[in-house]
Amino acid sequence: MATITSDAAAPGASPVDGGAPKRERSATRSRLVLRRFLRRKGAVFGLIVVVLLYLMAFLGPLISPWGYAEPDYTAFLQPPSAEHWFGTTKIGEDVFAQVMRGLQKSLTIGLLVGVISTSVAALVGALAGYFGGWVDRTLMWVVDLLLVLPSFLIIAVLSPAFKGESWLLFVALLAAFSWMITARIVRGMTLTLREREYVKAARFMGQSPLRIIFKHIVPNMASLLIIDATITIGAAVLSETGLSFFGFGVQPPDVSLGTLIATGTDSVITYPWLFYLPAGFLVLFVLAVNLFGDGLRDALDPSSTRARKRATKSEEESE
Amino acid sequence: MTAADLMFDGPTPEVDGPVLKVDDLRVSFPSESGRVRAVRGLSYEVAPGEVLGIVGESGSGKSVSSLAVMGLLPAQARVSGSIRFRGKELLGLGDTELSRIRGRRISMVFQDPLSALTPVYTVGDQIAEALLTHGKGRVSKQQANNRAVELLDLVGIPNAAQRAKAFPHEFSGGMRQRAVIAIAIANDPDLIIADEPTTALDVTVQAQVLEVLKTAQEVTGAGIVIITHDLGVVAGFADRLMVMYAGRAVETGPVDEVYPHPRMPYTLGLLGSIPRLDADEKQPLVPIEGQPPSLVELPPGCPFAPRCPMAVEACTTAEPPLAEVAPGHHAACIRSDEIAGTDADAAEVYGVDVVEEPPIAAVPREQRETVLEVQDLVKAYPLTKGSVFKRTIGSVRAVDGISFDIRTGETLGLVGESGCGKTTTLMEILGLEKLQSGRIAVLGKETTALDRTARKAIRRDMQVVFQDPMAALDPRMPISDILAEPMQVHGYSQAQIDARVPELLDLVGLRREHADRYPAEFSGGQRQRIGIARALALEPRLIVLDEPVSALDVSIQAGVINLLDELKAKLGLSYLFVAHDLSVVRHIADRVAVMYLGKIIEIGSVEKVFGAPEHPYTQALLSAIPIPDPVVERRRERIILTGDLPSPANPPQGCRFHTRCFKFAALPEAQRALCLDQEPDLDGAGDHRAACHYAESRAVV
Repeated sequence: MATITSDAAAPGASPVDGGAPKRERSATRSRLVLRRFLRRKGAVFGLIVVVLLYLMAFLGPLISPWGYAEPDYTAFLQPPSAEHWFGTTKIGEDVFAQVMRGLQKSLTIGLLVGVISTSVAALVGALAGYFGGWVDRTLMWVVDLLLVLPSFLIIAVLSPAFKGESWLLFVALLAAFSWMITARIVRGMTLTLREREYVKAARFMGQSPLRIIFKHIVPNMASLLIIDATITIGAAVLSETGLSFFGFGVQPPDVSLGTLIATGTDSVITYPWLFYLPAGFLVLFVLAVNLFGDGLRDALDPSSTRARKRATKSEEESE
Repeated sequence: MTAADLMFDGPTPEVDGPVLKVDDLRVSFPSESGRVRAVRGLSYEVAPGEVLGIVGESGSGKSVSSLAVMGLLPAQARVSGSIRFRGKELLGLGDTELSRIRGRRISMVFQDPLSALTPVYTVGDQIAEALLTHGKGRVSKQQANNRAVELLDLVGIPNAAQRAKAFPHEFSGGMRQRAVIAIAIANDPDLIIADEPTTALDVTVQAQVLEVLKTAQEVTGAGIVIITHDLGVVAGFADRLMVMYAGRAVETGPVDEVYPHPRMPYTLGLLGSIPRLDADEKQPLVPIEGQPPSLVELPPGCPFAPRCPMAVEACTTAEPPLAEVAPGHHAACIRSDEIAGTDADAAEVYGVDVVEEPPIAAVPREQRETVLEVQDLVKAYPLTKGSVFKRTIGSVRAVDGISFDIRTGETLGLVGESGCGKTTTLMEILGLEKLQSGRIAVLGKETTALDRTARKAIRRDMQVVFQDPMAALDPRMPISDILAEPMQVHGYSQAQIDARVPELLDLVGLRREHADRYPAEFSGGQRQRIGIARALALEPRLIVLDEPVSALDVSIQAGVINLLDELKAKLGLSYLFVAHDLSVVRHIADRVAVMYLGKIIEIGSVEKVFGAPEHPYTQALLSAIPIPDPVVERRRERIILTGDLPSPANPPQGCRFHTRCFKFAALPEAQRALCLDQEPDLDGAGDHRAACHYAESRAVV
């Protein structure tokens, strides 16, 4: 398919003069983005890994004979075997079941915090930047206030009050303290984007401010937001680990990758499966999220040549 | 050595022969897709005291070739051939040796005067530095400083001794460029290379700077290489012309020979593509179709052949050499004899159709519907001081009471230098917000008394095309979405939109299958067409065009102007055309309004205002525009305005123009009082009005 020719390959030559197949209806943005995304093998790999990890985290426990908090008194600190796939802990818990349970928690917490905090940041930053005036002042006041509050302490103080409540509250707390800096960056970018001629053009054609924000401003910051989201996912998993380590985050008997890594650290040399298995899953997960984010950014950014170069190559192959 | 010895010694008598001789120069750069051959076998000479103009579109290799002469190319560039300066080979010299020549015997004037000066040193220091670097031990600091002041005086900076202590940001663009010229001539060079020296400047300032360059050339006797895309500048300034295309010279010769008798279709097209200020009737402009070729893998044959209307089979087999067609006149075209034989003009060769006048043009102006009416529009920005407690200390009256109207099927050109309030006027009209003072009516509806729905309805009738085709289209949206957006806003159904998008692409001369591409994949001209298509989506009555062609190359510009002409005739549109290029306005507009410091100082039909301007400012503005015809250009009397645009925060009392007015300067003392005390009204007989107490018409074109 010769829809997108590479500019870089032929500077000066008009790509538009090149032959293009006739098509009945022109593709919309979402379809083009999907097509460009699928061209990036790394990104597709990242997406597949994330999906597989999710499936594994939720289906794994169903096929495993052991529950995550169910000790096997016949096997303490056993290495991986047919009975216990990832081995057992010192009180006989099945590591596979624990890792799967931990993955469930960490994946969900990480992704939710990443998505929520980036969305809040984009929304608040864009509103403040676009409207200016008192909207800007109020929102930025909130941002400054949240920035000076020590998030770790507050979560630590609040978590006993939430004991027994849903862990979703924990997600909300983590997200509430991780969006402010991004919101400030977004606001700054909005201030420059607002003066772009295409934003003015949209305003002069009668487009409503909210639509301008969602159609023109936020998509043009997509690279920033996606990178921010992937970083936040990693950071959220890490804060979750830290808080869990001190006993504030995920509470026992429930486990997360963070608590598992924390307890496994002591025995990294003697009983490596206790540390390397949960840590390996953490690394795999963060890596996959980053690959996915990279690919999505390139797909959304038409000036990125990487997605396009592939296009020229695959074109040549197909022709 | 005394300061007097440092004075210019006039034209250097010494050696005969050219100052600069470039022979078979080739420059290539590595790139991801292969080597970019930016210059492919370029040869030229510059005699002492001669001015050579190098003209070409962006990417034709004109700047690269001059950077090669200066030895300023990046390290990864591969340069071969020969560059002889006063008989001495420059290619292959080390940086230290070149530095001894650079700045002393060859100097350069760059395009952007802001970035050519260091912001943290005073202007005087920077000129003195040029002297001290090359006169180590021979020139004392004191001498250099004195000389810097002399030089500033020479390039026409008033109060040179004081201004030498000023920093670059305290200078206006034109003054900065003069300071750069002062640095360039500080060491009495034999060759000055000026790379687009006036492109970033307003037209009246351009005239001043060219004048300064001319003076500089006279006092130093240097040869000048002036690189520009403006054929008008070359016509008046240069002795010889070299047209470059795809890294090669395709035509060279004396300006008097090349302008009237171009022998290469590309030159012919370029000359035909410029709208001319002195055109009597509407002549169609010649667009050169297509794009310059890629310099990575040039196909064999003439690089211009794919765009050439005269191309024949033989053109694609071998690249024609630069052959002599008349004494001193060379052209690289195998059919140059035929062009010589017929002496055809560009419009014939390129086959351009004249756009027919729409039927509405026959209706007298008074009987047509008023599309846009602006009355006493004022827009002032408060000047504030303090960061905690802001207090207003004054206001900048960017637009200060202007009135005009536009009727159906009419184009009003709004012209003026940067900072005169053109863009503010546009934004006020387009914004449809509450006005500070005055009224705007679109199709008879007052904009101040609108509710939300009525405002949206008006937006449908009034659309905008912006200057920068790169910035005007959302880079994240494919063309189909960009074109669909206005229709979605105004509630078209998806089926209607799907039918309209291909229609719009056809209308502006793009292909339907382009719809799913992103803006980045189009050239500037094509992007501007997309911008026009978007403006047309809602079938508006009025299109506001904000400098729509100023960011485009001339040959591309012609295509867009023709398209605008054609659309106006076909769709019965009215345009409000804002531009600083008066030649373009002359071509496209029916009426023209000239703005100065937030006021309209002259308004009337194009024929009247251009043919018999009454306001001194209009006269100066028109006389500053170069005409691409060396004979006319030399005969013309040029009115050079002194100084720069005064600050709009503090406009002069009385007539705003009196600080720069040549007429005011010539008036006897008794009559001056009127100009100083009383602001002139815009009046005059009939449709043509000017705001000058002593208005009288004068032909300047």
